[in-house]
Amino acid sequence: MNQAIRLILSGDPDLLEIVALSLRVSGTALLISTLIGIPIGAILGLRRFVGRPFVMALLYTGMGFPPVVVGLLVYLLLSRNGPLGQLEADWIPRLFTPEAMILAQSVIAVPLVAGFTMAAVLGVDPQLQQQIRALGATPRQEMFTTLMEARVGVIIAIVAALGRIAAEVGAVMLVGGNIDGRTRVLTTAVVLETRKGNFELAIALGIILISLAFVINTTMLFLQRQVSK
Amino acid sequence: MSAPLYQLQGVEKTYNGRTVLQIDDLSVCPGEILALVGPSGVGKSTLLRLLNFLEPPSKGTITFRGQQFTAQQAVPLAERRRVTTVFQRPFLLNRSVRANVAYGLRLRRNHNSAQQITDVLERVGLQDLAQQKARTLSGGEAQRVALARAMILQPDVLLLDEPTANLDPYNVGLIEDIVRQMNQTRQMTMVLVTHNVFQAKRLAHRVTLLLNGRVVETAPTETFFNNPRDPRTAAFVRGDMVY
Repeated sequence: MNQAIRLILSGDPDLLEIVALSLRVSGTALLISTLIGIPIGAILGLRRFVGRPFVMALLYTGMGFPPVVVGLLVYLLLSRNGPLGQLEADWIPRLFTPEAMILAQSVIAVPLVAGFTMAAVLGVDPQLQQQIRALGATPRQEMFTTLMEARVGVIIAIVAALGRIAAEVGAVMLVGGNIDGRTRVLTTAVVLETRKGNFELAIALGIILISLAFVINTTMLFLQRQVSK
Repeated sequence: MSAPLYQLQGVEKTYNGRTVLQIDDLSVCPGEILALVGPSGVGKSTLLRLLNFLEPPSKGTITFRGQQFTAQQAVPLAERRRVTTVFQRPFLLNRSVRANVAYGLRLRRNHNSAQQITDVLERVGLQDLAQQKARTLSGGEAQRVALARAMILQPDVLLLDEPTANLDPYNVGLIEDIVRQMNQTRQMTMVLVTHNVFQAKRLAHRVTLLLNGRVVETAPTETFFNNPRDPRTAAFVRGDMVY
C-alpha cells in the first residue's frame, strides 16, 4: 500500500500516460454519447410516434447490455473483414487504437444517457409543456426548456454513463488490446498488473481509478446542487 | 362594431371519437373581455386551447385576424405568439421569479428588457421577490408571476383559464384589478374561463354559457344576468342548474 502511494506521488511517466489515455478515451466517449443520447432521450420523452415503444425497448436493452458484448460487436465491425473494417475509409477507426475504444465506449454510453434523459423528461409535467407552448415556444425551444426543467435527471444520466464507461474493462480490452503505451488504460492495466503479480502497481492504479471517480462524482453532485437550488 | 378578432364556424373537437366541443358560431371582438361560463367538463378549457392554437380543431374553421385556420392548416408561429394563456395553475419554471417573467421574451429573442421586467414585477407587487426561486412562492404570488409572464408579452389576446380558482380574496382582487386595467389601458382582448359567475359579472363585457360542448347563449353581461333568453341560462344564473 505504501509503495502504491509512493508510486502515485512519484509521478511516474508511464502511469501518467495511462491516466491521460483513460481520461481521453472515456471523456471523448462521454462527450459523443451526451451529444447523441440527450436529443434521443428528449425526443423519446416528448414526442409520440410510430415505433416509439420498439425504440424504447431497444434502449432499455442497450442500458443493460454487457460491455464485453459491445466490445465483441465493435471488434467484428472494425476487423479487417467486418462491414466497417473492409471499407478502409479514413473516418473509420482501426482496431487496437484509442479511437476504436472511444467508439466502443460511446456505444455503451449512448443508451444510458438516452434512457435516463428520457426518464427525466417524462417526469416533467405535460401541462407545463402546454404552458411553454402557450407562451410561444417552438418545438425546439420547448424541448430545450423541458431539458432545462429536467436538468437534475440529465446530469444523473451523464454521471451514470461516465461511471459505467470509466469502470468498464471488457470492451476496451477487446477493441484496444491493452497495448503498452498505446491503448493501455487504467482498467486494463489493473487486470494486467494483477495477473503479473505486481500488486503494488495494480493497487496504485486502482486508487487512481477510484479517486478519479470520486472527484468526478463530487463535481457533478456539486453541479447538481447548484442547478436544483 | 369592428370585425371580430376570432370567428369560429362549425368548430368541433373530437378526442377518440368523443365530441367534446361543437361550436356553430362564436366570435370574440377586439378589446372585449368575454367570459366563458358553465359547469366542469363542458369544453371551456378545450375551447381555450383551440383559441391559443395549442391544438387544431377536428372540424370547422377558426378565423383569427382575418386568416382562416382549419384542421389541416398549421398556424404560423407569429400568429400563435399573438395569444397566450394563464392557466389555473401557474406552471412556473424552476428558475428565479425574474427569469420566469423574462421567459416568453427570451423565446422571442428579446434580451433587452430589464426595465420592462422590473416594471411588470412592480405592477404585480413582486419586485422584492425578483431574485427568489419561483418554487418557493405562495400560490397567490406564483399566479401573479404567471400573469406577469403573460402580460409582458403584450399579446393581442390573453386567455385566462380559471386564473383565480383556489386563491384567497386578496389575490383574487389583485389579479382582477390588473386584468381590468390591462383591458382598459391596452385594449387587450381577453377570454376568461370561470366557474365563478360573480367574477364574470365583475369583469366581462359579454358572457357565453357552454353546456355539453355547445354554446347555449352569448349576451352582454347585463342581459346575460338580468334578462337571459334561454331558460337554461336563467337556471344557471339563479344557481339552480342541475349538473
